[in-house]
Amino acid sequence: MAAQILSAIFVIIIGVGGCVAYFWGANKLLDLIFPSRGVSGAAAVDNLRRQGLIRPWLFVGPAMIILTIYLIYPVVETLRLSFLDRGGVNFVGLANYEWAFGDREFRNSILNNVLWLAVVPAACTFLGLIIAVLTDKIWWGTIAKSLIFLPLAISFVGASVIWKFIYEYRGEGQTQIGIFNAIIQHFGGEPQVWISLPFWNNFFLMIILVWIQTGFAMVILSSALRGIPEETLEAAVIDGANPFQIFWKIMVPQIWGTIAVVWTTITILVLKVFDIVLTMTNGQWNSQVLANLMFDWMFRGGGDFGRGATIAIIIMIAVIPIMVWNIRQANRETGGH
Amino acid sequence: MAVATGNSFASRFGVHIAVLVFVTIWTIPTLGILVSSLRVKDQIIASGWWNSFSSSSQTEAGRLPAASTQVQKDGKYVIEGNVFGDGAKRDISAFGVKSAAPTQYPAGTPADLGDGVTLQVNADGSFVLASPKAFEGDRGQRVYYASSAPPKFTTDNYKTVLFSEGIGRSFMNSLTVTIPATVIPILIAAFAAYALAWMRFPGRALLIAVIIGLLVVPLQMSLIPLLKLYNGVGTFFGVPSKTYLGIWLAHTGFGLPFAIYLLRSYIAGLPREIMESARIDGASDFEIFVKIVLPLSFPVLASFAIFQFLWVWNDLLVAMVFLGTEADQIVLTAKLNALLGSRGGDWEILTTSAFVTIIVPLIVFFSLQRYFVRGLLAGSVKGG
Repeated sequence: MAAQILSAIFVIIIGVGGCVAYFWGANKLLDLIFPSRGVSGAAAVDNLRRQGLIRPWLFVGPAMIILTIYLIYPVVETLRLSFLDRGGVNFVGLANYEWAFGDREFRNSILNNVLWLAVVPAACTFLGLIIAVLTDKIWWGTIAKSLIFLPLAISFVGASVIWKFIYEYRGEGQTQIGIFNAIIQHFGGEPQVWISLPFWNNFFLMIILVWIQTGFAMVILSSALRGIPEETLEAAVIDGANPFQIFWKIMVPQIWGTIAVVWTTITILVLKVFDIVLTMTNGQWNSQVLANLMFDWMFRGGGDFGRGATIAIIIMIAVIPIMVWNIRQANRETGGH
Repeated sequence: MAVATGNSFASRFGVHIAVLVFVTIWTIPTLGILVSSLRVKDQIIASGWWNSFSSSSQTEAGRLPAASTQVQKDGKYVIEGNVFGDGAKRDISAFGVKSAAPTQYPAGTPADLGDGVTLQVNADGSFVLASPKAFEGDRGQRVYYASSAPPKFTTDNYKTVLFSEGIGRSFMNSLTVTIPATVIPILIAAFAAYALAWMRFPGRALLIAVIIGLLVVPLQMSLIPLLKLYNGVGTFFGVPSKTYLGIWLAHTGFGLPFAIYLLRSYIAGLPREIMESARIDGASDFEIFVKIVLPLSFPVLASFAIFQFLWVWNDLLVAMVFLGTEADQIVLTAKLNALLGSRGGDWEILTTSAFVTIIVPLIVFFSLQRYFVRGLLAGSVKGG
């Protein structure tokens, strides 16, 4: 273990030192090859121009290399693999896609993902907005926000343990140690193994993600609400609008852009949701989702790369509209350059 | 937002109540595992954690020793002992001999079982069963009792999970993964962000668009090709394919789009005059970056560092694909996942392990919340 810590420290030094050495060294080298000082005027101008052409690439070079290896190449390779067999050797055409749409588990995953997409972003945004509005009105709002924000720092696995403990089941009539069943039993209901109830268990898993992500929505929306011009609200009050009208007709329309950002961000997160399903049910009792199914096929029976890649591509296709929207939005903000 | 809506007492009161309800719902889950991790195992099973500050009471059943242990005393046949045996002692409030009436007799009073047989169970669990005739048979008397145990808190669970369940080792592994994976991307991203913000070169707009596109590419797209690549490299050079170096680089790659995006939008917002005047003074881009941009960008670098730290610490997927499951490599999240399988119902182990895994993020989060929120606001286009 000591060796492991030493090697970690060593890597930090090498990594940071290497980065510094690269950027400093490459920069120095460029100055040496195309000197701008101590040469005649015309040559200096020429060399400065050459430096200006090359230097940006020295700066973005390392990032581009890493991005190419870790993201750009894999996207292309995953697409290619989705047309190959399990070992990634023989071309099988669309066989993997045909398998996917005929597979019961895959169709179940698609259905569940659609459910997650319909519920979680909406619930997080709605709850986040309500809490943001309410906490802005009270003196201990900051503390309240911190506490609601807190789950965002907790890992999905940690959150799963936390909620598994909440859903813990004991037979009817026994002392319930899971708070959820205890409350239900207290009010005369029948305790259930909530995460194994087909269809409904999806919602019990979604609650975990809503619990984590509401704080995110709340913080972003809260800051957007603060940006609403005071005059618009005052005018509404003078005109005799009630709080609900002010909320729905004055505040919400002014922060549509932010709501869209929060919504899409959580949507992407939902498409990738994996840890919660893996740890809570591992896809049993019809609770499978695409990301967990993909992970499953990566290793199932020694791994089926073709099918795994196909499922990844399906997730990617769902993300593409948001990706295009983001790029357009960013281009508009920077004025197209 | 200090709007004069709902100024009446009732509606302001309603707002306080509503927020209190939300805060309670959001806090209770975490509180549950914190409290449970400090309780002893027997009590976790016996009562809900929300009752942990009151004595836990339960009704139990036992069987007294068989006839072979009887002794003769004062002309009577007597069996003595303790219903708890050598186990943990609790307080008995009442006992009985019929399952229909398990608390028929108060503790410390003799109960008449008929035929002159008496049984007395005391509060400390000691009992005396006496009869004028010799006891027979090899099955002892059935006895029921209601016992209660005072609330008992302990840190033993933490000792257990840290030193014998392997959580301590995993904690070190998580640190080993997280710190380099947080530090390495920062400098690489900062240089790229500066170039994309302040240097003019052909292809810049395209690069920015590519990076914004990569922000939302699901991690799932990278897993299989990288797994193949790592296996290939491992076989080619005859080295293991699951290494810390591999996961450091993987996290660097996955974190870079967000890092560049976040840093670029901040660095692009730095005042132009500072850069121009430095340039007029003859400073090169490299000098401007190191002496002006880096120091001014401290807040955004801190934001990114916190994000990346939390992301890597909390990650399960990348760790499961690129690291092994042996003790020398398994990180906290993966270990917790493994414990969920192997120690399914042992809540004292699970709650404690869960709390150990979330304590570091919580500390980072509470101490650096300002930077965290700033990063969140600046980078909320990112897919998480």
